Amino acid sequence: MLRTRALSGGVHLDDRKISSGKPVEFAGIPPEIVLFMSQHTGAPAKPVVKAGDHVLAGQVVGEAQSFVSASVHASTSGTVKAVEDRYHPILAKPSTAVVIEPDGKGEIWEGIAPGSDDISTLSPEDIVKIARNAGLVGLGGAAFPTAVKLSPPKDKPIDVYLLNGAECEPYLTCDARLMVEEADEIVFGFRAMMKAVGAPRGIVCIEDNKPEAIMAMERAISGKSGIELCILKTRYPQGGEKQLIQVVLGREVPPPPGLPFDVGVVVSNVGTAYSLAKAIRTGMPLVDRVVTVTGAVGSPSNFRVLLGTPVSFLIEKAGGYTGEPGKVIMGGPMMGISLPRTDVPVLKGTTGIVVMTKDEVNLDKPLPCIRCGRCVDSCPLRLLPVWIAAYSDRGMYEEAEKYRALDCCECGVCAYRCPSRRPLVQSIRLAKQAIMEERRARAQKVSG
Amino acid sequence: MTERLVVSPSPHWKTGKTVPALMLDVVMALMPAVVASVVFFGWKALAIILTSVSSAVISEAVYEKAVKREVTIKDYSAVITGILLAMNMPPGVPLWMPAIGSAFAIVIAKQLFGGLGCNFVNPALAGRAFLMAAWPLHMTRDWLAPGFFGGVDAAASATPLAVLKGASGGALPGIWDMLLGNRAGCLGETSIIAILIGGIYLIWKEVIDPRIPLGFIGTVFVLTWVFGKPGAFFQGNAVYHILSGGLFLGAFFMATDYVTSPVTAKGRLLMGIGCGAITVLIRLWGGYPEGVSYSILLMNLVTPLIDRVVVPRYYGWKGEARKEKAL
Repeated sequence: MLRTRALSGGVHLDDRKISSGKPVEFAGIPPEIVLFMSQHTGAPAKPVVKAGDHVLAGQVVGEAQSFVSASVHASTSGTVKAVEDRYHPILAKPSTAVVIEPDGKGEIWEGIAPGSDDISTLSPEDIVKIARNAGLVGLGGAAFPTAVKLSPPKDKPIDVYLLNGAECEPYLTCDARLMVEEADEIVFGFRAMMKAVGAPRGIVCIEDNKPEAIMAMERAISGKSGIELCILKTRYPQGGEKQLIQVVLGREVPPPPGLPFDVGVVVSNVGTAYSLAKAIRTGMPLVDRVVTVTGAVGSPSNFRVLLGTPVSFLIEKAGGYTGEPGKVIMGGPMMGISLPRTDVPVLKGTTGIVVMTKDEVNLDKPLPCIRCGRCVDSCPLRLLPVWIAAYSDRGMYEEAEKYRALDCCECGVCAYRCPSRRPLVQSIRLAKQAIMEERRARAQKVSG
Repeated sequence: MTERLVVSPSPHWKTGKTVPALMLDVVMALMPAVVASVVFFGWKALAIILTSVSSAVISEAVYEKAVKREVTIKDYSAVITGILLAMNMPPGVPLWMPAIGSAFAIVIAKQLFGGLGCNFVNPALAGRAFLMAAWPLHMTRDWLAPGFFGGVDAAASATPLAVLKGASGGALPGIWDMLLGNRAGCLGETSIIAILIGGIYLIWKEVIDPRIPLGFIGTVFVLTWVFGKPGAFFQGNAVYHILSGGLFLGAFFMATDYVTSPVTAKGRLLMGIGCGAITVLIRLWGGYPEGVSYSILLMNLVTPLIDRVVVPRYYGWKGEARKEKAL
C-alpha cells in the first residue's frame, strides 16, 4: 500500500452518500434537449446545424474552434428546434445553445464506427484524436478538454497518472457507482490515458468511505502492470487535483498558471476514463454521463443522463421534491451552483443535482469577522482567506492579490467553518474577477 | 415548475458553530472558576461578578442604542468581558469598581473602535488596566484571605506572588491550596483546577488553540526556573510561579481572545511565548508583582505585526510569496 501524506487543512464532512446503493439507470429521453456550445473550459464550440435539421445521436452539432475547446454532439435523435440563447446555469447568463426536440427513437448517427478493443493497436496520437473527436472533457466538474490534458508539452515528461475516484463532495455518488459497476471499462480507459501521456505508473485514488468501489477497482486492476490502488482517509477537499497530488505523491503544483504537468503528473476523473473507454470501443462520443439526483427527493438515484436533459425532468424521475424545495444545487453542496430555475439542462460537467429543503437553507446574516483563524487553519492551499476577503470587501484588490487571491480553488472550506457565516468564497471570487479584469485592461493598454 | 429557489454562492453548507455558540462555550468554560471564586471568597464574589456582567451588558446595549447600531448583547461577548473583568479583581473591592470597569471595557475599549471584531486590545484587560491606573490602592490592596463560603477574613493578606517577590506578612500556601484555589488573589485566578477544567473543555471543543496557553505557561515555567532565583541559575521556584498570579486565567481565557490574537497557528504560538516572556520580565525585574495582564495587552498590540510577518508557505510556493509581501 502506498503511504499517503496529510492534507493541509481541509475538513471532515458528514458525507450523506444516501444514493450509494442505487444502481445507475437510464433516465429516459426528455421532451427537450438543450445543448450549450459552452460546456467546457475554453472557447465555445460553433453551431454547425440550424433549425429544422434532423440530427442523430452522436452527430456533431457544435464544432470545437480552437485547441482548448470541445465539440458538442447530439445526445439523441430528433429535430433541431432552434439555435438560440438560453439561460446558462454556470455562466449565469444567456448563451448559445442547440435545442433539439427528440423523436424518441434514439437513432445513432451512421458516422459512428466501432473502434478498437485493444489499446496496443493504438498510438498515443490515436488516443488523443479519439478524445478530441468525442468532445470529451473532465467529468469531475471542471470540464477541461481531455484531449488537451492528454497532450502534455514535450519538455514535461509525465511519470504518474492519477485516476481520481475520491469523490469528496458530500451527497454525490456518480463516480462511486460507476466504479462499482464499470470497473473494467474504467481501467481500460485509464490504461489508454496512461499510454497517451506516456506515464509508466498509474494510481487509482479512492476515499475509504467507498468500500464497494475499492473492492471493484482492486479486482479490475489486478494483473495490470503499472497500476496501483491508493486508499485515502475521507477528507474534504481531497478530490481537488492539487490536493490529490499533494496527498498521494507529496508534490505541490506550482501556483497558477502552474499545472500538474509541471510536476510530472496528470489527473483525470474516473468518469472521464469510462467515457474515453466507450469512445475507443464503440466510437460513440460523449453524449451521456452519470448524474446523482439526491437530497430532498422522493428516491435519491444515480441516472445515466443524456446531455442536455432538463434538471426538472431528472427531479421528476427521482420521485419529485419531498417537502418545500429551498435550493437546487448543480454539483455538490460545497462547490456546486445553486440554480435559480430548474428548466436548465445537464452539462458535461454536471456531477449531481442536490435538492435542499427550505429548512436546510442557511439564511443567517453574516456577523463581523472576529479573526478566529478557522479559515486559515482549514485552507487546503494554506492561504489566508481572512485577509483576502477583508481586502476584497474593501475594494483593495491589489492587496488581495498579494495574499494570492488567484491561487484560491474555491473549495469552500473557509466559508463552511466561518462562525460569523461570512461569504468568504464570494468575497475572494470577486477579488479574483477584479484582478483578472485589471490584468486584461493593462494588457490591452500595452498592446494598444 | 414554479418553485421559488434560493440562489446564493457556494458553499451551501455551513458548520453549526456560530459566534454566539463559541462565546457560550467560553461562558460555560468559565463556570468552574466562577463557582470556585464563590466557594473561596463568599457571596461577595458573586456580587462582583453579577455587577460586572450587568454593567457590561447594559453598557453595550445602551451604547449601541445611542449610536443606532444593532444591539449585539445576544452574542455573549459582553457577558464574557464582564465575567473576565470580575475574575481579575481583588475580592475586597467596592461594587462600584466592577461597574465602572466594565462600562469602560465595553464602551471605550470595544465599542468606540467599532464593536466586536474591531477592538485591538482585550476589553476586559483594558478595563482592568484602567482601574489599576485610576484606583491603584483598591486594585492592589483589597485582597482577602480565602475562607469557605463567606467565612472571609477581611484582613489584608499577601498574595503568593508578592511573597515570591519578597513581601513580608505571608508565607507561601501549600501546593494543594494553590491548585484548589485556597489562597489570596483575584477572584477567578486562584483555583488552577477550576481554570484547567474550563481550559481543557475549550481545547476539547476546539474553541481555543492550545498553542497559546501552552506557549505562555511553558515560557513562564522555563524562564522562572532559569532566572527565578537572584544570583543563581536554574534554581527558581518555577512551579509556584506558574501556579500563582493570573497566569492560568490569562493564558487560557484572555490571551486566547480571537479578536486580539494572531490568525495563524505559528503566530499564536509566538503570541503565547511573547506573553510568557513579558510576564517573567515584569515579575522578576519590573515594579509590579504580576505581569500577566500587561503582557497580554502588549502582545495584543503586537498581534497585527505578527499577522503581517508570520505568513504560511502557500501551497506550491517556495518562499517567493513571502518575500513579495514582507514589511
